[in-house]
Amino acid sequence: MFIRTKMLLPIATVAAVAGMVALTPARADEAVKIGLILPMTGGQASTGKQIDNAVKLYMQQHGDTVAGKKVEVILKDDAAVPDNTKRLAQELIVNDKVGFIAGFGVTPAALAAAPLATQAKIPEIVMAAGTSIITERSPYIVRTSFTLAQSSTIIGDWAVKNGIKKVATLTSDYAPGNDALNFFKQNFTAGGGEIVEEVKVPLANPDFAPFLQRMKDAKPDAMFVFVPAGQGGNFMKQYAERGLDKAGIRVIGPGDVMDDDLLNGMGDAALGTVTAHLYSAAHPSAMNKEFVAAYKKAFGNRPGFMAVSGYDGIHLIYEALKKTGGKTDGDALVGAMKGMKWESPRGPISIDPETRDIVQNIYIRKVEKVDGELYNVEFATFEAVKDSGKTKK
Amino acid sequence: MSAQAEVSRHAIRGARWRWSEAAFWLVVLACAFAFPSRYLIMADIARLALFALSLDLILGYAGIVSLGHAAFFGVGAYSAGLMALHGIITEPVAALIAAGLVAMALGFLTSFLVIRGADLTRLMVTLGIALLLEALAERFSDITGGTDGLQGIEMQPILKLFAFDIFGKVGLFYSLAVLFLLFLLARRIVHSPFGLSLRAIKNNPLRAAAIGIPVNRRLIAIYTLSAFYAGIAGALFTQTTALASLDVFSFERSADLMLVLVIGGAGYLYGGLIGAVVFRMLQEVFSTITPQYWQFWIGLVLVVIVLVGRPRMHRWALWAPNLIIKQIAGRKAVVAVPESDA
Repeated sequence: MFIRTKMLLPIATVAAVAGMVALTPARADEAVKIGLILPMTGGQASTGKQIDNAVKLYMQQHGDTVAGKKVEVILKDDAAVPDNTKRLAQELIVNDKVGFIAGFGVTPAALAAAPLATQAKIPEIVMAAGTSIITERSPYIVRTSFTLAQSSTIIGDWAVKNGIKKVATLTSDYAPGNDALNFFKQNFTAGGGEIVEEVKVPLANPDFAPFLQRMKDAKPDAMFVFVPAGQGGNFMKQYAERGLDKAGIRVIGPGDVMDDDLLNGMGDAALGTVTAHLYSAAHPSAMNKEFVAAYKKAFGNRPGFMAVSGYDGIHLIYEALKKTGGKTDGDALVGAMKGMKWESPRGPISIDPETRDIVQNIYIRKVEKVDGELYNVEFATFEAVKDSGKTKK
Repeated sequence: MSAQAEVSRHAIRGARWRWSEAAFWLVVLACAFAFPSRYLIMADIARLALFALSLDLILGYAGIVSLGHAAFFGVGAYSAGLMALHGIITEPVAALIAAGLVAMALGFLTSFLVIRGADLTRLMVTLGIALLLEALAERFSDITGGTDGLQGIEMQPILKLFAFDIFGKVGLFYSLAVLFLLFLLARRIVHSPFGLSLRAIKNNPLRAAAIGIPVNRRLIAIYTLSAFYAGIAGALFTQTTALASLDVFSFERSADLMLVLVIGGAGYLYGGLIGAVVFRMLQEVFSTITPQYWQFWIGLVLVVIVLVGRPRMHRWALWAPNLIIKQIAGRKAVVAVPESDA
């Protein structure tokens, strides 16, 4: 029993030391490095994959040099667990000397990295997480995705104007879900609507069946749904199985539930669903058509709103680098990003110089069949929507 | 020489410190100084090692299997988080001990469920307890913060002297100090008559009872102690990362812990420590090479480890050193691992 400790301990420790040495990377060279931290495994993996794909696509199209510097992306998997995110961000900053940290699939992950961005004075580009408070946590956070407030307030107003009086809500029980619920409720009830049932579903438990039964019993005109990207397919399947579509209960909500990469597999139950969102693969612009075609060609499926957020995120990094002439000074970079305006596949967007959050068009869309495939077809546009969810000063 | 004297002589010899153990801890300390850029992962390894030590106490010494050890880890983590958040106990060391005690109380209460029944029942009961707590934490999200976790935990300086820094230096040395102190305690306990009686129970509970060992009381005691250790590991997690969310209770955490002990070997205290190092390094290496499919490679390596078997790996690891020893000191000095151990 005791003999093994004699030789094994030193050997194990020597092996560990060797491992550590092997993992400590060589000195940083002249390249600009971007630490991309995404959930590549686990429940949020679809978000990570879309963003990773979009970043790869952008770099294929635009080359990997900008302002005379080579751009290198270092992808890390945090599985959407915040303590992983924090550790990876710290290692990227200290060991790899990255000039940017980017990605962040979920709000807790983005928040966990915020103090590091502040301390190290490195821009943190949020490409997915959608809670309003995120950009307030560090002056170095810039967001290219969206906030739930942007689309939820608009769908709330739309519902009131279009004769929907009673709504039951089903939202994922975490910060973005609560944001979506609160902003929808605020605008919907202010316009005279009534919430008849309010259900919060666990984020990690995508079995919607028992909740859907409660929705059905409440007999609302429509149900307001927010589930994160990737869970919409499962939701719609159970929605159809429980016969809610036949009971005449429509689905409305922010567009996360009708994510483009899953939409086509949802079947006809999804037809007629009205959502407000920042991006549809059917957005009728030449730039978007080109983007969708290139994405489909490279990865075999449709880009969703996470992909477009990643695409714009890497674009923002490129443009900021151009402005600073390749210098990776954090303050200069964030300064360059503030107020930047450009045409994205989703339409015209800009970075709010005050909040560093995205300003974008929000479209009201209805699921329709186009050439035999389901698409979110946009029919109304709200231009240059700012995030209304910031703390009132 | 009487049998009793023989036993105590053997026990005392077993409890003596060996040079290799001292070397192990020196290397650990050297690593902490040698890799200033990797504090966080080393702190992570130290926490996992402490957690594995806790499972080793019950699995390796008392033969209690558990698939729900994350329950105590989670309770410790949330206790420490809530104490810091609401300013109940702000000094980290005091909070650490308090969180350990909370987990210990839970361990004591649940130990009565666990000592009933055999291995399979125990797996189920421990798993059930962890799932139960996870569901409770999710249900009472106004207290626990639910999936978003506890937000805004701010840690006070340790002993009012050392403030936690963002790059984890203080966190690492704090974790290592806690690990080392608790390791000393565990080492003392397993080599005490109490520890020896646990081994007797592990080998044959019936015979242990027949020679007058109070089997159930001993099992309750060690299970409670193990819960304390796990609670401390959890509290360390919260204190050094300033995070606590639902995944502290997750099944993966308990399952990973089993893997750590499978890799390192149970029943000699260092198993959890070595296992934690190897497991995290494997994860780190594979997820660096392939961020998307690293789980596949981890799985493959684990299967290979189990198929090859630890004794054979030990022989391979010892082959080169033995060759050298043979040259210098002759055939007799060759080091080997007894087959029955692994």
